[in-house]
Amino acid sequence: MTWTEYFVIIIVALIFIVVFQIAKASEYVSVLKGEKKAFQQNNRINAFLMLVFLVLGLAAAWWCNSLLYDKTLLGVPAASDHGEEIDNMMWITLYITGFVFVITQVLLFWFAYRYQTTETRKVHYYPHNNKLELLWTVVPAIALTVLVAFGLYYWYRITGEAPKEAMEVEVTGHQFGWEYRYPGKDSILGRQNYKLVDAAKQNPLGQDWADVANHDDLHPSELHLVVNRPVKLIIRSQDVIHDVGLPHFRLKMDAVPGIPTTMWFTPKITTAEMRKITGNENFVYEIACDQMCGNGHYSMKGIIVVETQEEFDKWMAEQKPQYNLAKPEVASKAAPGAENNKDLVLAQ
Amino acid sequence: MSNEAVIQHGAGTHEVHGDHHEGHHHHETFITKYVFSQDHKMIAKQFLITGIIWALIGGAMSVLFRIQLGYPEATLPWLEDIFGHWAKDGRITPEFYYALGTMHGTILVFFVLTAGLTGTFANLLIPFQVGARDMASPFMNMLSYWFFVLSSVIMLSSLFVQTGPASGGWTVYPPLSALGDATQGSKIGMDLWLISMAMFVVSSLLGGVNYISTILNLRTKGMTMTRMPLTVWAILFTALLGLLSFPVLLSGFILLLFDRHLGTSFYLSDIVLAGNILPNEGGSAILYQHLFWFLGHPEVYIIILPTMGLVSEVMSVNARKPVFGYMAMIASMFAIALLAFLVWAHHMFVTGMNPFLGSVFVLLTLLIAVPSAIKVFNWLTTLWRGNLHLTPAMMFCIGFVSMFISGGLTGIWLGNSTLDLHLHDTYFVIGHFHIVMGVSAFMGMFAGIYHWFPKMYGRYMNNTLGYIHFWITMVCAYVIFWPMHYEGFAGMPRRYYDYSNWESFKQFVELNKVISFAAILSFLVQILFVFNFFYSIFKGRKVTTKNPWKSNTLEWTTPINPGHGNWPGEIPEVYRWAYDYGKDGVDHIDQITPIGENESKEGH
Ligand code: HEM
Ligand SMILES: [Cu+2]
Ligand SMILES: [Cu+2]
Repeated sequence: MTWTEYFVIIIVALIFIVVFQIAKASEYVSVLKGEKKAFQQNNRINAFLMLVFLVLGLAAAWWCNSLLYDKTLLGVPAASDHGEEIDNMMWITLYITGFVFVITQVLLFWFAYRYQTTETRKVHYYPHNNKLELLWTVVPAIALTVLVAFGLYYWYRITGEAPKEAMEVEVTGHQFGWEYRYPGKDSILGRQNYKLVDAAKQNPLGQDWADVANHDDLHPSELHLVVNRPVKLIIRSQDVIHDVGLPHFRLKMDAVPGIPTTMWFTPKITTAEMRKITGNENFVYEIACDQMCGNGHYSMKGIIVVETQEEFDKWMAEQKPQYNLAKPEVASKAAPGAENNKDLVLAQ
Repeated sequence: MSNEAVIQHGAGTHEVHGDHHEGHHHHETFITKYVFSQDHKMIAKQFLITGIIWALIGGAMSVLFRIQLGYPEATLPWLEDIFGHWAKDGRITPEFYYALGTMHGTILVFFVLTAGLTGTFANLLIPFQVGARDMASPFMNMLSYWFFVLSSVIMLSSLFVQTGPASGGWTVYPPLSALGDATQGSKIGMDLWLISMAMFVVSSLLGGVNYISTILNLRTKGMTMTRMPLTVWAILFTALLGLLSFPVLLSGFILLLFDRHLGTSFYLSDIVLAGNILPNEGGSAILYQHLFWFLGHPEVYIIILPTMGLVSEVMSVNARKPVFGYMAMIASMFAIALLAFLVWAHHMFVTGMNPFLGSVFVLLTLLIAVPSAIKVFNWLTTLWRGNLHLTPAMMFCIGFVSMFISGGLTGIWLGNSTLDLHLHDTYFVIGHFHIVMGVSAFMGMFAGIYHWFPKMYGRYMNNTLGYIHFWITMVCAYVIFWPMHYEGFAGMPRRYYDYSNWESFKQFVELNKVISFAAILSFLVQILFVFNFFYSIFKGRKVTTKNPWKSNTLEWTTPINPGHGNWPGEIPEVYRWAYDYGKDGVDHIDQITPIGENESKEGH
């Protein structure tokens, strides 16, 4: 340990001792002064502090908001259609709960101050009142019904079937990274079996090469999406549970080994536009793993690029099917007519 | 000793001074009195002190991982001096960070806020407040404590194994927790975790059965169910919840042990781990989550219900006014206990569950906010037009209500699956449950400790330290957990070791420093509390009157230092509910005072 560390420990210990001695002394003083007087004094001080806490607390909440608001996504438009709905839901909930929060906290601390004990105070014997109980059963119930109604309306829209024209992409998590698979020209993701996974043989996703639909499947290192075009993610995991967390799109979905899940949305804002909106040159859409998956969990990042159709097509044209890597000898021959090939295999 | 106290303060009490108490002075040795004690009061103290020790360990762990989160760049050689390769070059390693987080959660949720809390107050208050000499089965009660110790020893030992303790989060989801190759913490540390928790479940069940049968069977004459103080009601519901849900958790753990060691595939399917293709097929990792949360959700109410009882009681005593809506309080606790079994899947909205199923759980989850709201309004009305004695215990009651409101309201956010899509597994959730469960429950527990300390040890705790303890805890709790909601609004995930490589989450550097600083400060203040606690056991101001808070409940009719059997002579008979404060202008009328002829019919 260094000297400063010893120093800190000594200081802390000293503060402890001082506080302790003061507290003990105040106990003796209160005995001298008379228990009753000390009791009343404590009441007055602490009742006043309750009021101070209320006022400073509300002010601090305001201050905290102004400091942190811009660091959150509250002021950044949602990057997906579902995200917009989720933001709506959030504001509705904030208004209702915020209102209740202020009322109840103000009453609580105000009562604590207002009804502090005094020599003359007479309590109001008030054991129950069924009308009041009914009131605060029914009113919260109505407020909550409103929240449930909005919530479920949005929930069903978000979790409903993806539109037919949605682009399908498979996202697979493993310790500690993400893999993406595009279906290629045939728009079909080829068959897969985890027992075929073999990174050494260029088959990290266990694609079954006997299925021709696999031959044109692409395996790029980033997830590219087209703005305003719905996308449906098919989410898998190879080892433990992960989670595709998309803060800017306001969505997330677990990746569970053995049980593929899906999630769909329509990106609304391109990466380039988002850079302007946030004023951050380095802005990128990140996939954050949101389910504890081991020691590298905090580094399990993916990058999403949202771009226009032209940019997307250009990028897509540069990608090579994984099949070419896995079976270079066969692939080079088969490359020209993948579609014909497919009929052939099906016929077999 | 007990006899003398009665004579001293006997005036105005209603005990029957028989000679029966002779029978209770059996021969006691140090071992039977302090170690293998079967006296509910001693067992309560054992639970409390064991809980305090665990709280210090669990709290210290959070200080360590907050150092990492607040000061990720700092190298602190003293860390390496103490923890060796777990803090290589003075920096906490990811393995260590995750082990700390997992242990912190497990310890605080189960060992402190379940065993430490219920163990203490159920044992202390049930026999006292229903008017019984002891628990229905003092022996089982003792076993319950010693199973807890056994569980504690096993959990503690897991901290010292080579590969470290469990590190997959306190919920230990498989496959991560099932596969030793997935993370170091899932090797032997995980087995110890599971065995320890199995012992813990045994301890809880032994305790729970006892609490329930004592409450149902050993009430003194006149103590009808609806005359019981709310503390006892709360503990009754807590025990029922535990009894019905802990076995499900245990079954989940046993299946996990099978998957780990017997090659079964309950939770495992289609796994390729570090290039190895595992043979398991057909299992469901989600099954575990259902089993876990079927306890996990009731568990959070197992933690908060007893403190609701404590707060209701302490608040009423110190407001010098009956608790408002006694029957509504019981009904809402019943509703909470019932609904607690029907909402577990709100922890699983994003596991890919059927959206319709999800919507059912949304409805039921938000429904549980109704009884919670009723309780809050009833507490507020209890304070209204009272004559508040702001003792440290009362301060913590008010703090409890404040925290419970704040955290309950954010629950309404999370219970709405639409919002949970965005907020699940972010710091918003951390903020939510630490405020509503962590801090609230601690506040309720502190209220209980300050209030019943005189009954436990015949001395008072130091008041000034109590107030300091309250205010710093209150301020720090909000400073720590309030801003975390904003981190959640940024989508910042929980359980990350370092955020500096994330474009989306790296903007909270200063905030994380502030939070860590406040966390360390509040930990120091808790140490101050522990000092106060132990110092006061031996040196505190002595209690000189049997009923220092002028309370109505039965425990204050026992001698200042009650012996085994609690009441010398016969157990007093009860004539009224526990909340006649301020009735007909009389400050308080204890439960053993018969209804007067001219007494108004009001009340209960
Ligand atoms: C108004 C009532 C409440 C509602 C609607 C509610 C709702 C929720 C929901 C939906 C979650 C899951 C969030 C997520 O993981 O995405 C959650 C988490 C949690 N809640 Fe609540 N809650 C309420 C009150 C409470 C209370 C009273 C407690 C404890 C005393 C509590 C303790 C917890 C805990 C411990 C977690 C997190 C568990 C974890 O993931 O580690 N909640 N709550
Ligand atoms: Cu992860
Ligand atoms: Cu829950």
